[in-house]
Amino acid sequence: MTGSIAAIGMGLAVIGAGLGIGNIGAKAMEAIARQPEAMGDIRANMILMAAFVEGAALIAILLSFLVK
Amino acid sequence: MYKYLIILLSLLAVQATSYASPEDTTHTHNALHESGDHSHGACGIEHETEFDAGSTALHHIADANVYSIGPFNLPLPCFLYVPTEGWYVFSSSKFDIGHHGTGHKAINGFVLDGGTVRRVADESFPKTEVLVDGFKHSDVDGKFVSHVCYNGQLYLTDAKSTADFGVFGGGITSFYDFSLTKNSTSLLLMTILLIWVFMSVNAAYKKRKGKAPAGLQNFIEPIFIFIQDDVCKPFLGNKWEKYLPFIMSIFFFVLVLNFYGQIPFFGGANVTGNLAFTMVLAIIAFLVTNFSGNGHYWKHILWPPGVPLYVKVILVPVEIIGVFIKPLTLMLRLFANLTAGHLVILVFISLIFIFGNSGESVGASLGAAVGSFFLTMFMMAIELIVAFVQAFVFAILTASYIGAATEEAHH
Repeated sequence: MTGSIAAIGMGLAVIGAGLGIGNIGAKAMEAIARQPEAMGDIRANMILMAAFVEGAALIAILLSFLVK
Repeated sequence: MYKYLIILLSLLAVQATSYASPEDTTHTHNALHESGDHSHGACGIEHETEFDAGSTALHHIADANVYSIGPFNLPLPCFLYVPTEGWYVFSSSKFDIGHHGTGHKAINGFVLDGGTVRRVADESFPKTEVLVDGFKHSDVDGKFVSHVCYNGQLYLTDAKSTADFGVFGGGITSFYDFSLTKNSTSLLLMTILLIWVFMSVNAAYKKRKGKAPAGLQNFIEPIFIFIQDDVCKPFLGNKWEKYLPFIMSIFFFVLVLNFYGQIPFFGGANVTGNLAFTMVLAIIAFLVTNFSGNGHYWKHILWPPGVPLYVKVILVPVEIIGVFIKPLTLMLRLFANLTAGHLVILVFISLIFIFGNSGESVGASLGAAVGSFFLTMFMMAIELIVAFVQAFVFAILTASYIGAATEEAHH
């Protein structure tokens, strides 16, 4: 088996981000189901929060590229 | 219903025949390898038999000095600067571009390998217009190295000239490439398009004051109002009008370039998936955020009030790093999302060649073409959503950073 150990690091980072974004999505759906009239605000904040979680994963992926 | 089914089936047939007819598969197979039909024998360059999906996909999303639309190679102007020799200005058609942007000629010591201009620094290499026999690619310590074959001898070519500190195999080499590349040409085209669209919409608002919108206005107005009401007003507070032009420019610029890169069979210029491009956007966002930051913002970074001293020791460095992390993630997010989308589509298309064993098994490549068609269509639909969402996210994050920097103290 050949390959880079950095790939494992990338995978671990993506697991974390996946859990985080999944949670944000689930809670946002719940919130919309409770209060459909607040859908616009919830959607905008959901995307913003998902972007922040994604940011952490992106830094991890960048580091796994750079640190060898 | 039947109509759509027939259209879908006929599209499928076209897709299958264009990718998997026996002659065409072998032809495309040759085209997919650098100078496949010119390298037999010369300098011991072996004809590659293994199809490498990864490098093929990476080649297709890279910037190039030639704009390839299907079988046509549109030449672009080259502006090259060598510190010891001065400027060279010529059209990239002088390289006699063949399959996959491989130049058959060398001019003034420059060669075109895989769509990218490279320079042979060796003094013994002729500085005039000469025919070259092909390129030999090798892997030295994990780095991509390209040799050009001329007169039965191999010459080392310098890496392409890029300002990305060598992240993508380039760097500051023996020459500087200021050429209008595929990406910068697309950038200029889309800038002109945006200026034209917004000028004409602006003129229409002045002419039709108080009347219902018409034509292009109908298209632009809902998107504009959406960004104004959902991004600018909630995040920028009472100063939203001051920053509205900046947020709008960023949003529409990124949106148009994202969509331009998604047009199939049109070069697929991957402008927003280029790290240098997203870096410039992020630096502009960084400068605007920090120059509009008020005392309240800086105080909370450098000396957070109401926090004990031992917490300040930890908090202040984290806040200072955070100032730089914000534009860094802006840069990486847009780059990673767009690059990943382009790569996945290209790898799905490569499945045809992987299953077809590089043209040897026609049946398998036909089957893979059917599967690849649906996978690619699905991925392209996802990518259209991603193109919009990423432009929206870039705008909303820039707005929230500026909003946080300009917020007035309320305690």
